[in-house]
Amino acid sequence: MANIVYEKSRGLTDTPFTYCPGCSHGTIHKLIAESLVELDVLDKSIAIAPVGCSVLAYEFFNCDAIQAAHGRAPAVATGIKRVEPDKIVFTYQGDGDLASIGTAEIIHAAHRGENFTVIFVNNGIYGMTGGQMAPTTLINQKTSTSPYGRQESTTGKPLLVSEMMAQIPSATYIERVSVHDIRHITQAKKAIKKAFEYQIANKGFSMVEVIADCPVGWNMTPVDARKTIADAMIPYYPLGVYKDAGGEA
Amino acid sequence: MNKVIFNEAFCKGCQLCIDVCPKKILALDTEKVNAKGYNPISCTDMSACTACSICARVCPDSVISVERG
Repeated sequence: MANIVYEKSRGLTDTPFTYCPGCSHGTIHKLIAESLVELDVLDKSIAIAPVGCSVLAYEFFNCDAIQAAHGRAPAVATGIKRVEPDKIVFTYQGDGDLASIGTAEIIHAAHRGENFTVIFVNNGIYGMTGGQMAPTTLINQKTSTSPYGRQESTTGKPLLVSEMMAQIPSATYIERVSVHDIRHITQAKKAIKKAFEYQIANKGFSMVEVIADCPVGWNMTPVDARKTIADAMIPYYPLGVYKDAGGEA
Repeated sequence: MNKVIFNEAFCKGCQLCIDVCPKKILALDTEKVNAKGYNPISCTDMSACTACSICARVCPDSVISVERG
């Protein structure tokens, strides 16, 4: 009798992902689905899909879901969690969504100490709309709206969201992880699971920033894109726990 | 024998699994094209598989299942 070592999580539907080949979104979806199944909360989870490549995330998670206006996922999550406090509510947002148009919503959701979980996928680019520059685009990184590379003199330095969120007194748990290799994927899953454990224990606002890639937007192969995360993204976006005010989960 | 099972219809040929396989026994099957238009992933030497499941964990599209047998 063969033992199954690994198979697709039942936290995901049978719908094929609509993401480009090698996109980190798929990996991160898997980690969320596996965490919800392992914590036995899949049946009472509610996902909030953003605007961006992951706008169709409600098709992929095998739980209830709703799709919010651009950047407003934390506002929708606030409403759902307050009406249904027993449900496990999480938003899944990209950097164009969370770090740009939705900055006010995410800061004030954390400021109010809302008890839901945010999965923030930072790939430094607006992927869906054609690879435009985002607030998180690295200096000198070429995008379709910064064809000579991002210049600090006109657009400033990339926004460090985890560092910013960790300053908010009511935020409970902020960690930055990456998914560029198997060791970091394992660490990322631990962080995501911990964020959900905090929510289950009513400990308040938790956010996991996942450094991700966009092979098509970065104009490289998926394998090169994962290596670029390690070589270019992580030196600017240091991984680690930025705030943990929850004690033992 | 350990076994990797591919849901070929979901494979997008990104080759991330090929890069991480410690035994280097994964390759795109250039003889085949799936409905999405990609050469799907295949295993060149199943007997060498250690069922470490790194390929399956890295795969963004949940193409791979791994059995230890």
